[in-house]
Amino acid sequence: MTLPNRTLFTNARLIDPEAAAETLGSLLIENGMIVAVYDDAATTDNSATIIDCAGKYLAPGIVDIGVKVCEPGERHKESFRTAGQAAAAGGVTTMVTRPDTDPTIDNPETLEFVIRRAREAAPVHVHPMAALTKAREGREMTEIGFLQDAGAVAFTDCDSVIVDTKVFSRALSYARSLGALVIAHPQEPILSKGAAVTSGKFASLRGLPAVTAMAERMGLDRDIALVEMTGARYHADQITTARALPALERAKANGLDITAGTSIHHLTLNALDVADYRTFFKIKPPLREEEDRLAIAQAVASGLIDIISSMHTPQDEESKRLPFEEAASGAVALETFLPAAMRLVHAGIIDLPTLWRAMSFNPASRLGLPSGRLSVGAPADLVLFDPNAPFVMDRTTLKSKSRNTPFDGQRMQGKVIATYVSGNKVYGT
Amino acid sequence: MTFPHRHLLGIEQLRPEEITTILDLAEEYVALNRGDKKHSDVLSGLTQINMFFENSTRTQASFELAGKRLGADVMNMAMQASSVKKGETLIDTALTLNAMHPDLLVVRHPHSGAVDLLAQKVNCAVLNAGDGRHEHPTQALLDALTIRRAKGRLHRLSIAICGDIAHSRVARSNIMLLGKMENRIRLIGPPTLMPSGIEEFGVEVFDNMDEGLKDVDVVMMLRLQKERMDGGFIPSEREYYHRYGLDAEKLSHAKPDAIVMHPGPMNRGVEIDSDIADDINRSVIQEQVEMGVAVRMAAMDLLARNLKGTV
Repeated sequence: MTLPNRTLFTNARLIDPEAAAETLGSLLIENGMIVAVYDDAATTDNSATIIDCAGKYLAPGIVDIGVKVCEPGERHKESFRTAGQAAAAGGVTTMVTRPDTDPTIDNPETLEFVIRRAREAAPVHVHPMAALTKAREGREMTEIGFLQDAGAVAFTDCDSVIVDTKVFSRALSYARSLGALVIAHPQEPILSKGAAVTSGKFASLRGLPAVTAMAERMGLDRDIALVEMTGARYHADQITTARALPALERAKANGLDITAGTSIHHLTLNALDVADYRTFFKIKPPLREEEDRLAIAQAVASGLIDIISSMHTPQDEESKRLPFEEAASGAVALETFLPAAMRLVHAGIIDLPTLWRAMSFNPASRLGLPSGRLSVGAPADLVLFDPNAPFVMDRTTLKSKSRNTPFDGQRMQGKVIATYVSGNKVYGT
Repeated sequence: MTFPHRHLLGIEQLRPEEITTILDLAEEYVALNRGDKKHSDVLSGLTQINMFFENSTRTQASFELAGKRLGADVMNMAMQASSVKKGETLIDTALTLNAMHPDLLVVRHPHSGAVDLLAQKVNCAVLNAGDGRHEHPTQALLDALTIRRAKGRLHRLSIAICGDIAHSRVARSNIMLLGKMENRIRLIGPPTLMPSGIEEFGVEVFDNMDEGLKDVDVVMMLRLQKERMDGGFIPSEREYYHRYGLDAEKLSHAKPDAIVMHPGPMNRGVEIDSDIADDINRSVIQEQVEMGVAVRMAAMDLLARNLKGTV
């Protein structure tokens, strides 16, 4: 007799990021948990529903730190329902959401609203982050303790840099006392003010306001010193330049509690993609030189950069159909995250288990979440995908309410076949 | 004669022979403009709208005169005072204007790339009259015509562009045009006014006027904007004049027959000495203004021929 909550995935290429292994096998889930992993592809179980994966890849669902869902404030750009559907379609089983909404998520009441909306509308797990300072203005710290109690998994002012170093050092110290993770945007704020692109030949040809790549290293250097001073748990949201890497490496070698992320766009696009002022390629920090892109990709492969995020940022047409300088920054990415990441695999830069470490295991571990693993006892948050399936990206097919993807019209490889959250299929036929 | 472009958005899109085509036609208009009957009817029946989102007296007047001499119906729109102030987006403004069926749209905008964006949304021919720090193609063309007339050629010349390169669309368009025509380009200015990555433009860069001007055929001065004079980019107006202002002493390093150019309006005593600016043997600044009208007539004529399908 088949038990309703018991499913056996057979003939699957299992990607186990924790063990850094890729094996042909089977996986048994029951009541939303992984209960057995077999290295036999043809295991049978009479009490389970059998899903023959036909040799396709089964991996832990993506844990995406830094998703912007535009609730509260700008639901016309994205809601928990549309973001959740986009996540499910993209193999993202956990969205860790940003507080840079309008109003900012900087008090327990707003946070509770967000948690309630997520529970009502999103088919995937949602863990919200809260602002580190009120209104992300960098002046007064938020109620970090209350927010943590209410469910905030990390504290961040997103792309707004806390200019006042004294305020930042106090917030870091206070956060440390609660064991809270602080996520910051390493960037020298004065140098980067008003910049739309990275300085260099291309920026000068196009006549756009630009920031030197060095501003990222300066920001990171400051933050590392503050972490050394305060002992805080720190994560740099996006490291995108080669010049910042030695500082990061030293900080880690010195035993500081520092991790770093990068965005999928910085791993797959470069500054020249902006071409004739294509505003869908305007992101923050701006796209970098090709040498930087390659260095960052290598740093992900080596583990120096721990986490890849989509930095999903919905913007409506009105915000993007403007002269480049005036246009809003950001790109949607939940649904293109996996196929874009496959470019790195197909280019031979990274293997699937290492990639999944950065997209699933590491972000979950950093936030203390049980997911991101393919082992007994882990939640059955899974993505079944075909890394080779080709398609041409058509932005009108996106489930996100905003469709500002830089990959529109591009050839991509890698399709999600099905997504499971706590054992329930949330995407797929 | 071929000019296969719907718009004139920048020098970047033009091939050398197309630049020559514009300049050759402009020569004909120089002759027309110097004659008794300064009128033609090649744009007769066409509507030209000048949309200036940024203040300009000279360029707008030049485009207006060029259109009128060719028989177009010319309308000026002062965009600072219009619905743009009321929050209308550039695209909406473009669509509104498009519905009025203009044939030629002359646009200046403070943001780089804004004219390209607008050109994607309208059915008429668009002429870029300057967008941000990006391009100012008709200025580069009028400079080229001025040089060609003064020097008898537009290739294998050594040309110095001096001053605020970083913020100058005139410099960008000129670097591109003069480079395409195979000239040797030298950029001279303080490092704070040089764009990043400039070494990769195929130019020589100097921060010293005496060295940079050595044996050049053409000295092109750029205007230094008032807001950049105090402390931010240069220490002071007087130090700038001392180090980078063009005077007889600095000019003596150039070839004896070198010409002096300036896109105007000039800051006398800041980037250029009055005696040099007014020296009829060296300065071609007034001629540049004259060439401006002719070049704009040529550009609009060519684009209008494309509209009518008669090229």
